[in-house]
Amino acid sequence: MKETIHEQELILLKGLARSDKKSVEEIYKHNFNLIQALIVNNSGTADDAKDIFQEAMVVLYEKARSGSFELNCQIRTYLYSVAKRLWLKRLQQSNKFVSDFGDDGMASVAVEDDLTEHQEKDTEYELMYQSINKLGEPCKSLLEAVYFQKKSMQDIADGFGYTNAENAKTQKYKCLMRLKKVFFTQYNKKD
Amino acid sequence: MHDYENTMLIEAVERYITGEMSPDERLNFENLRKADAEVDQMVVEHTLFLQKMNRFNEWQKFHKSLNEIHTNLAESGKINSEKLKGRAKVVYLFNRYKRVASIAAAIAGITTLMVSAIISSLTPKASPSQVDYLSKELRSIKNKTIVQDREINNLKNQGATHHLPEIPYTKGGTGFIIDAKGYLVTNNHVIEGAKNVAVQNAAGKEFFATVVYSDEAADIAILKITDESFKTLPSVPYAFSRKQAELAETIYTMGFPRDEIVYGQGYLSSRTGYNGDTLSCQIDIPVNRGNSGSPVINYNGEIIGIVNGRQKDAQGSAFAIQSSNIYKALTKLKENNKEDSTTRQLKLNTKSSLSGMSHIQQVKKVQDYIYMVKVN
Repeated sequence: MKETIHEQELILLKGLARSDKKSVEEIYKHNFNLIQALIVNNSGTADDAKDIFQEAMVVLYEKARSGSFELNCQIRTYLYSVAKRLWLKRLQQSNKFVSDFGDDGMASVAVEDDLTEHQEKDTEYELMYQSINKLGEPCKSLLEAVYFQKKSMQDIADGFGYTNAENAKTQKYKCLMRLKKVFFTQYNKKD
Repeated sequence: MHDYENTMLIEAVERYITGEMSPDERLNFENLRKADAEVDQMVVEHTLFLQKMNRFNEWQKFHKSLNEIHTNLAESGKINSEKLKGRAKVVYLFNRYKRVASIAAAIAGITTLMVSAIISSLTPKASPSQVDYLSKELRSIKNKTIVQDREINNLKNQGATHHLPEIPYTKGGTGFIIDAKGYLVTNNHVIEGAKNVAVQNAAGKEFFATVVYSDEAADIAILKITDESFKTLPSVPYAFSRKQAELAETIYTMGFPRDEIVYGQGYLSSRTGYNGDTLSCQIDIPVNRGNSGSPVINYNGEIIGIVNGRQKDAQGSAFAIQSSNIYKALTKLKENNKEDSTTRQLKLNTKSSLSGMSHIQQVKKVQDYIYMVKVN
């Protein structure tokens, strides 16, 4: 019985790494209430619970898709431990009086390293987000169309009103150079 | 011109990274990479950047899908988000403002006390006997209405159904549910010599019951509610401890020394009962007549005993039968009624659903399972 549970969780994690919607939903469904109870019972709102849970999901997602993830505890335990640390941190940041949750009967695993890694990635994503938004239009939409929606240059030329695909390419190049510049100036400053 | 070259180069790099180059082209490009450090640098940097963009994109999409899933699950009720919103808010506000609220309450309390002290010192005193008299009057009026109500009910019921004979109950105690199907435990001395037994819940509803087991030595009896109007209760919230309770453990009891349920709190003061009786234990909770058969519960929600008596010359301390005796009584009851399938299925709850709840919440849950036992 234990064996099959373990295998099932591995399948879920593989699905999560592909961001397969069914797997994500399955994990979401089975763990959200637990985390919500944790947050709400420790002076959080339902919105806080959603935030924290989703951040924990992202941590798990990053870990799953990094490929190096070995499941040495249940998904539930992992999410719970991450959420607990995240929430404690947030409470401390908002300078609220924090009494330690005490022993709540749930097993916890050490997640400090994962969280540090997550923090770094998060800053990077945040930086990328800001950089892209700093570009302004049409650069933002143009780059998104090329790199995120993976549209063909011809489609883009039509959609953005460039005379031909070559023209669109030149435009894309200019935007990309600007983005790189904005991004790396900030990025290297942080190192 | 420079721009154009760069555009070409970037395009080449991107095609190289995504593997769109033909083998020949690829070989050429790799040679170029080796020859020109600047190109090589560009490939490395651009690969890194594209990877970052890609990851960012996936991350953003993942976030979006999480939000969608949340909304879907909440709408289909698979996670209790919407339901919890109201409660969560209350809990949140409570946690946030409890200190302020308690200070405010304290000030309000002090003010009230002072005001009432002033008022009472200023108002002319009524003689105590007068007060007594009034309350008796009230009671007799209340009794009259009850009698009238019954009369009316009887009249209504006549013809349609047989009407129940009025039974004046003379003795009373307390009992509590051990199985949601209507089995209660109480003291043997409560039901000793009984012709009729009825139990009444905290809401005042009365049910007929019969004694299915009694043990004079252990002073334990098990009752079964036989009334047709009794409906099976939700599962029993407290657990039955097999272990002996710890000295000084905080415990409470609820029973019916009066018509109203009465709560008392104290601690376990000795592991043995009167004259070193090892079947019972001594508790320090004020109890009165009518408390016999009340459960003794700790704050993990475990029944640790049944109140059964007090020492005549010692105020405040009482004795309780240890809960392991309930297990014994149940085993004997099963032995006596091997054919009866409902009896065979009786089982004492071993996992309390109360642990972790506040005292007030626990008491609220428990009181529905405590009944007044009336005997004549």
